[in-house]
Amino acid sequence: MSILVNKDTKVIVQGFTGKEGSFHAEQCIAYGTNIVGGVTPNKGGQKHLDKPVFNTVREAIKATQATVSMIFVPPAFVGDAVMEAAEAGIELAVIITEGAPVKDMQMAKAHATKHGMKTIGPNCPGIITAEECKIGIMPGMIFKKGNIGLISKSGTLTYEGANQVCNEGYGITTAVGIGGDPIIGLSYNQILPMFEADSETEAIVMIGEIGGDLEIQAAKLIQKQITKPVVAFIAGQTAPKGKTMGHAGAIVSGSAGTAKEKMEALEAAGVKVVVSPAEIGKAIAEVLNKK
Amino acid sequence: MNIHEYQAKQIFKKYGVPTPKGIMVESVKDAVKAAEQLGGPVWVVKAQIHAGGRGLGGGVKLAKSLEEVETLADEILGMTLVTHQTTAEGKLVQKLYIEDGADIKEELYLSVVLDRKLEMPLIMASTEGGMNIEDVAEKTPEKIITVPVDPAIGFQSFHGRELAFGLGLTDKDEQKNIINFAKKLYKVYIDNDAEMIEINPLVKTGKGEFIALDGKMGFDNSALGRHPDIAEMRDLTEEDADELEAAKYGLSYVALDGEIGCMVNGAGLAMGTMDTINYMGGTPANFLDVGGSANAETVAKGFEIILKNPKVKAIFVNIFGGIVRCDRIANGIIEATKITDVNVPVIVRLDGTNAPEAAEILKNAKITNLIVGDDLGDGAAKAVAAAKGE
Repeated sequence: MSILVNKDTKVIVQGFTGKEGSFHAEQCIAYGTNIVGGVTPNKGGQKHLDKPVFNTVREAIKATQATVSMIFVPPAFVGDAVMEAAEAGIELAVIITEGAPVKDMQMAKAHATKHGMKTIGPNCPGIITAEECKIGIMPGMIFKKGNIGLISKSGTLTYEGANQVCNEGYGITTAVGIGGDPIIGLSYNQILPMFEADSETEAIVMIGEIGGDLEIQAAKLIQKQITKPVVAFIAGQTAPKGKTMGHAGAIVSGSAGTAKEKMEALEAAGVKVVVSPAEIGKAIAEVLNKK
Repeated sequence: MNIHEYQAKQIFKKYGVPTPKGIMVESVKDAVKAAEQLGGPVWVVKAQIHAGGRGLGGGVKLAKSLEEVETLADEILGMTLVTHQTTAEGKLVQKLYIEDGADIKEELYLSVVLDRKLEMPLIMASTEGGMNIEDVAEKTPEKIITVPVDPAIGFQSFHGRELAFGLGLTDKDEQKNIINFAKKLYKVYIDNDAEMIEINPLVKTGKGEFIALDGKMGFDNSALGRHPDIAEMRDLTEEDADELEAAKYGLSYVALDGEIGCMVNGAGLAMGTMDTINYMGGTPANFLDVGGSANAETVAKGFEIILKNPKVKAIFVNIFGGIVRCDRIANGIIEATKITDVNVPVIVRLDGTNAPEAAEILKNAKITNLIVGDDLGDGAAKAVAAAKGE
């Protein structure tokens, strides 16, 4: 088992023939992802990476029955691409593109929700179900199959966390990079219950950072409905106030959104909180041995 | 991106948001000329820097004569203003805004920000104008009125009524005035992809009209491409020179106070590296994300920027190679040490794709002050020890 995607998931790529789209789609295909085609306006009818290209998402779905779209279009066109996917009937859009205007994401996410489409990202590494399906840009070989679910706002911390978990002799069910923008799609509170319900996942690694209050919301949810052990790290304990730390959403505004308040809330909810990401692997071993 | 008060007010004027008349100047002579042109009888001389708390810092003063305008302009222009929003070094005042005095009956507060939880713009208002709104939120949260506006429907009259009644306005003209004011301000926010607009204080005049006495605006950097007029308002002298230099090379840099320079790929891991150094008893000197495509040139530039800081006693390079291969980065580091004179110990931790090959390359390079870290924890520990001279 896994969450959201597996080896049977049919995936299309929006922005298929562009440089980034091509490179990563090829890597995904090599990993085993069932990429059934792509969308690039005015290139419909062509073949790319041996897969059919369509002019619109609607055409692509009709011909391939795809349910998931991986989006690589340039930032200014992300909102449009997400709304197109939503109206055409895509069930999950994984938005990799970095630098999408916040206003566009507000509109696009609201529209996606209205049409029942889930979104992941933008500005994220994507989602991977170990040794089955990779929809994104993460290095596949780090994610060995196992029993740990992982959710992270940061790409490289996803790799760091997964690598440590695997080095301890465990592995990953599904890892989801949710992105660090001010407005993102699926977040902790939607994904944690999925891991709770997944029979293979035995423990969860949750990686957050300064800014916003998604981690505080997660703490409340964990207290109420998550019975599996959770290990958490919050990046940015040493970040200065009022400065954006790389990710557009990673900013401490006044006294809100600090790492400290998030760590305290999670600890109070029974989460094993580590002070350094170097401790993630050990902490997972610890909580699983206690069980 | 943030802009100055005078620039925000230029934008307000375009949308019909009432502001006092004013002129931006860069010399004492022009300040007096501007005052003459405005006519008086009172003027406000305002320092233009990108930080709040200017009044308390002595950067906003009232003048009752042209002579006083001259004296105050001379005093404020060129001063270094320290406020709760600047660094301890403060900011040099290079521009002044000479403004008509306003008829102030009451001072209120009005802002539009992005509510990340609701995922839509939020209008905030308060009767407690002229104060730090964070203090108001903490001490008297009931005095802050919040009205979210769904961009799919835009600003409707009911949004305005919620504001007007929330502020306790009973006079029908005053109600109408605040509704119109807020409606226009919302349009400014949406049309320009603003990240935040803050008017503190918003002034109610004796006639029951509302005027933006101050104006602060920040914009979504990702949307500047479609607003060339706003992108042009960027004042580079207000920004950190090192951060700007780093940005030219695709590096995201923020200076901190510590002793260990950090060079990391990915924002989350970069923060996590700083946290780990701190946890091990060291102090990070900076945040530096080299991004996904680190090469010899960007690594060299990173070293150069980090080493500009005389406090740096060691550098920790922490890379988790994903799509980027570690062996390339190892070669990049070796090249970089040839381009830039690195005179402090460099601790390198390379993990992920082709990490064993990278370790081999670094070992064979025989660079004397290069220390290999096995993992994040080991690398951070070695960096902390090196910075302490151990």
